[in-house]
Amino acid sequence: MSQTSTIIELKDVCKSFDDTVAVENFSLSIQKGEFVTFLGPSGCGKTTTLRMIAGFDIPTSGQILLNGEDISKLPPNKRPVNTVFQRYALFPHLNVYENIAFGLRLKKTETEVTDRKGNKVRKLVHLSRREIDEKVKRVLDIVDLEGFEKRSVSTLSGGQQQRVAIARAIVNEPEILLLDEPLGALDLKMRKEMQIELKEMHRRLGITFIYVTHDQEEALTMSDKIVVINDGEIQQVGTPTDIYNEPVNTFVADFIGESNIFNGMMTGKLRVKFCGTEFACLDDYEINQYVDVVVRPEDIIICKPGEGQLKGKVLSTVFKGVHYEITVEVGRFEIVIQSTAYAEPGSLIGMKIEPDGIHIMEKVYTENKYDGVITKRNTVEFGDGEFGCDVTQLYPGSHLDEEGYLITASGEKLDLTGTEVTVEVGFRDITMSDEEGAGGAEGNIISMIYQGDHYRSIVRTEENEEDYVLACPDLWNTGDKVSLVIPADKIKLTLKPVAGEKK
Amino acid sequence: MTGALKLRFNRKQLCIPYVAFLVLFVICPLLVVVYYAFTSGTGSITIENFVNFFTNTNTLGTLLYSIAISVVTTAVCLVIAYPVAYVLARSRLKKKYVLLMLFVLPMWINFTLRITALKEILSSIEGNLSAYPFLNTVTGMTYDFLPFMILPLYTSLSKLDKSLTEAAEDLGANGFTVFMRVILPLSVPGIISGVTMVLLPSMTNYVVLDMLYNSTYIMGSLIGSYFAAYDWHGGSMISLILLIIIFVITLATNRFSDDETSGRAML
Repeated sequence: MSQTSTIIELKDVCKSFDDTVAVENFSLSIQKGEFVTFLGPSGCGKTTTLRMIAGFDIPTSGQILLNGEDISKLPPNKRPVNTVFQRYALFPHLNVYENIAFGLRLKKTETEVTDRKGNKVRKLVHLSRREIDEKVKRVLDIVDLEGFEKRSVSTLSGGQQQRVAIARAIVNEPEILLLDEPLGALDLKMRKEMQIELKEMHRRLGITFIYVTHDQEEALTMSDKIVVINDGEIQQVGTPTDIYNEPVNTFVADFIGESNIFNGMMTGKLRVKFCGTEFACLDDYEINQYVDVVVRPEDIIICKPGEGQLKGKVLSTVFKGVHYEITVEVGRFEIVIQSTAYAEPGSLIGMKIEPDGIHIMEKVYTENKYDGVITKRNTVEFGDGEFGCDVTQLYPGSHLDEEGYLITASGEKLDLTGTEVTVEVGFRDITMSDEEGAGGAEGNIISMIYQGDHYRSIVRTEENEEDYVLACPDLWNTGDKVSLVIPADKIKLTLKPVAGEKK
Repeated sequence: MTGALKLRFNRKQLCIPYVAFLVLFVICPLLVVVYYAFTSGTGSITIENFVNFFTNTNTLGTLLYSIAISVVTTAVCLVIAYPVAYVLARSRLKKKYVLLMLFVLPMWINFTLRITALKEILSSIEGNLSAYPFLNTVTGMTYDFLPFMILPLYTSLSKLDKSLTEAAEDLGANGFTVFMRVILPLSVPGIISGVTMVLLPSMTNYVVLDMLYNSTYIMGSLIGSYFAAYDWHGGSMISLILLIIIFVITLATNRFSDDETSGRAML
């Protein structure tokens, strides 16, 4: 079982369609026999990556190595890889048997044959009818569909079609089996059953599985290794336990399971402050560094008020079957707890968090920083937008004359048009508006993560895909088109060293 | 007075105009045709007309000639239309609807004008049109019926799920095998309806022959000639035979297009 040879390796794979980048610098190596899951929200590039491994899409740059050989430009029919498609893609004009035998009928194997002169020659021949028959029977047995050979695929249920699709792929004995959200179209109960069956099949067949899903629970249940992808980039690679317990950033923490995410600051050796309280923790970061803190809802222990580090009022308690989901208001923060104990809404409770329940991560975003250019009207262009700003801050003691020229403290007259500057904007200084043209730039909300007392939202512009990170108090819908408003006095400009002296 | 204003019909009563129409214009004429087909000039019942059709070399020759023209026309249309429909359906061109419309556009121009234009072109190439009657007729019919072949093929090819061809490639099929094993069998319903729409009218459309100076009779002109000579009995019998041929063809093709899985058996 403990084979550690690499079967497939992706090196700096990039893929872009027209102007949009789908996959960026994707580097990953997968071991023989592993069950690897690509996990991410829809549109994150996981399916594109899978399609590149299958050969339906050719990478824009980078390499895909299969057993050390570059296969990135090989057509799909030349790769020892088979795919189970999202919507099964069974051939409607063929019955179950013919669907499964499709690949076998095309396969040629090198066998020794005796030619007319009696010499033995090695020749590529098609599989015999009996060989095909045996193989089809065997996989039908594996997927539990004995006796379905003559059935038309359109008469099968979703789950049965799914099994035929899997049988059709594994009958060719591929080195890697690719599964593109294969359980997406099944109902919950069927999905759970198929998860276990797939896992069992993986164990029996011993081939490498690459599985694509957006369902984090599915990924945690089935995989040996999870690759969390967002925005075409790998966020984290690790075992399900690693990914759940030690998420590297807030995206992973938010995407995998429920979590409370707070802004925190290191206040001492192994001490972190968030929610206005200091906690002992296990992660070592520099003192005074701003960090993101993740606490899983099940890691918060309810105790009597006064005991524990936090105290708050229960806002709501929802029964979820195994546990209660309790929302507690602590000052201006909202904390979600999962507990088997009931808490009366409106009551005061204490909360305790053990050091191993606190996960600290370096902040990915600390500020918005852009390259900008001053325009004729003394506004600044950056991040696909144009904003009003105070240009006098570039030269201390300066002011503007009536014609809009900048007069420096020493009385010099400057035309700033075309001046390149660095622009910095704080998270809390940007506000969103759904009124078109209300702000200087427009974009779509691509992420919205709750951080205890506010949402951290990322807005991306359409033209050059510039990101604006902002903190806002209200929940917006991901995908909404918004206009970004930044007050002129909140835009911090600094001259770029070289272009600064332009007149 | 309120009773008179209350106009309420049930479903059966609403059918009456249609039934009347069908009886008057479909069933009655059909019965008249059958009556004339099986009676002689004196009004006595006979199968003489039926025997005549199959013993007369002229009428049989016309039947075979009609079949030859329609089969060749259909084959030529299919050969031209399939690649066009395939390319249009599979391309990611933004302007493909414009291209498709250009192929269908001739249908909007008057039939006589189209064939007259074709006649001028052909005579400038061939000189004497009557030298190649069969070729000219097939050319005219192909030009006339091509859109009827392209449209159903385009519809069935564009409905074809791209993941099916990907699945075939994934299972080891090269481009040719994908076409033969997946695309062609799945486009059979389109082929069938295209064939039906070209084969049947091209058996009887004698206007094209007339305009292109092809003096040979086909089924349509044959029937016309019988009625022109006041032989209603013989003409009716030929109409009836043609009707049965068309009925059989339609029946056969319907079976294939309804049951998509048997498309492979037909190939």
